[in-house]
Amino acid sequence: MANMNTKTPLMRVHGISKELGGREILRSVSLDLYEGEMKVLIGPSGGGKSTLLQCMNYLLVPDRGEIELEGRRVDPRKARELCEFRQHVGMIFQDFNLFDHLTATENVSIALRKVKGMSRAQAKARAKAELDRVGLADKGHLYPAELSGGQKQRVSIARALAMDPKVMLLDEPTSALDPELVSEVLTVIRGLAQNGMTMVMATHQMGFTRSLADEVLFMQEGRIIEQGSPKDLLAEGSGTRTLDFCSQILDVEGAGA
Amino acid sequence: MNETVTVLLDALPYVLQGAAITVTAVVGAMFLGLFIGVPLAVGQVYGHWTVRTLCGLYVWFFRGVPILVLLFLFYFGLFNFMGLNLSAVAAATVVLGMTSGAYQSQIFRGSILSLSKGQLKAARALGMSDGLAIRSIILPQALRLSIPGWSNEYSIILKDSALAFVLGASEIMARTHFVASRTYQHLPMYVSAAVLYFLLTWAGVVALRALEKRVRIKGYVH
Repeated sequence: MANMNTKTPLMRVHGISKELGGREILRSVSLDLYEGEMKVLIGPSGGGKSTLLQCMNYLLVPDRGEIELEGRRVDPRKARELCEFRQHVGMIFQDFNLFDHLTATENVSIALRKVKGMSRAQAKARAKAELDRVGLADKGHLYPAELSGGQKQRVSIARALAMDPKVMLLDEPTSALDPELVSEVLTVIRGLAQNGMTMVMATHQMGFTRSLADEVLFMQEGRIIEQGSPKDLLAEGSGTRTLDFCSQILDVEGAGA
Repeated sequence: MNETVTVLLDALPYVLQGAAITVTAVVGAMFLGLFIGVPLAVGQVYGHWTVRTLCGLYVWFFRGVPILVLLFLFYFGLFNFMGLNLSAVAAATVVLGMTSGAYQSQIFRGSILSLSKGQLKAARALGMSDGLAIRSIILPQALRLSIPGWSNEYSIILKDSALAFVLGASEIMARTHFVASRTYQHLPMYVSAAVLYFLLTWAGVVALRALEKRVRIKGYVH
């Protein structure tokens, strides 16, 4: 990470603003994301974390601002460019959003076949490999309704990974899970981080953040109001808003993961 | 009594041929309705406002005009005017199909809207175009959810198909009427026709119920 600032960022978010239903959700948010980096977004709900993540792959089109991936600016009005861009930016949702009519294997393979044009056999082999990577090698034949929350989220991670994304965006991936299922998902995400996947993740898992985040971004009222290493922002007595917020959620959630 | 039985037995093959015509028309209308209804539903849910308006107008027209009027309007009016020389059965099939398209579109629209929006988002996030996502993610689920509504629609078209009689289509009702008025066995003949319609409705509903089970997704409770 030492030479971070001498390299060009992998993804660059510049001055993104977004209004939804007449309310300003994002107010000129910028961030530079470097290869292999893990940024964590924290902050109160309604602060704009989820909107920022959705703007970062144009699931929501920002009103102002721009996004660059590897130095190339993306024009969301060009459908083909947009689809191409999204293939490189994987997204994990809080409530999984698996395709309910497809088995775990098919959930992973469908975009490989229909977007990447792989043959059925190739796509299936790749899907199996990805499911294996998230520890679900024996669950490929099951439908989403037959899986636990943690398994569903791991399938959705496998589905995103299969596209070989350059960046992964994770929108509170463990928030919809029963407490005992959180760790299996965090283990998978930890593995990704250790393998150098570039990620931006909204989460309230403070233990996880402390040990894995390269940078913590604290968002409130549509702005990044504090950013820095978890060590700096979460140090006892640092007096940051981040620390203040985190001690509040720790009181509620116990020790964290 | 004996005379009644003889008339009924004699009429049976003749009326059953009519049943074959009825079933052909109804199945044809169901499929035509499917091919019209799916794009209408997709247009109404995902289309630009102009598309939504056009789809809405279509639905509004076909739901708002009685089928009998539509049959006359198309068979004696529009098809003639366009120089189309359709048989009465074909014309009835087309009119029933177009009407059913309007009703079916609302079944599909309801099913599409009942699916979580998140799946479309997830499909887009994987780089699927909206068209691809709708075809490969939304419709396979929406169509499954539409089967119960579809069996309702089947029973309605089946019964509406009796109206084709007024165009001179040689279906169940026309043949029953023909035999009844020649033999004066009105009551037994129309009771038989009623039973025949009932049996056809029942068979269709059972078949669709079987289809519903067959394509059901494991563990999926909607």
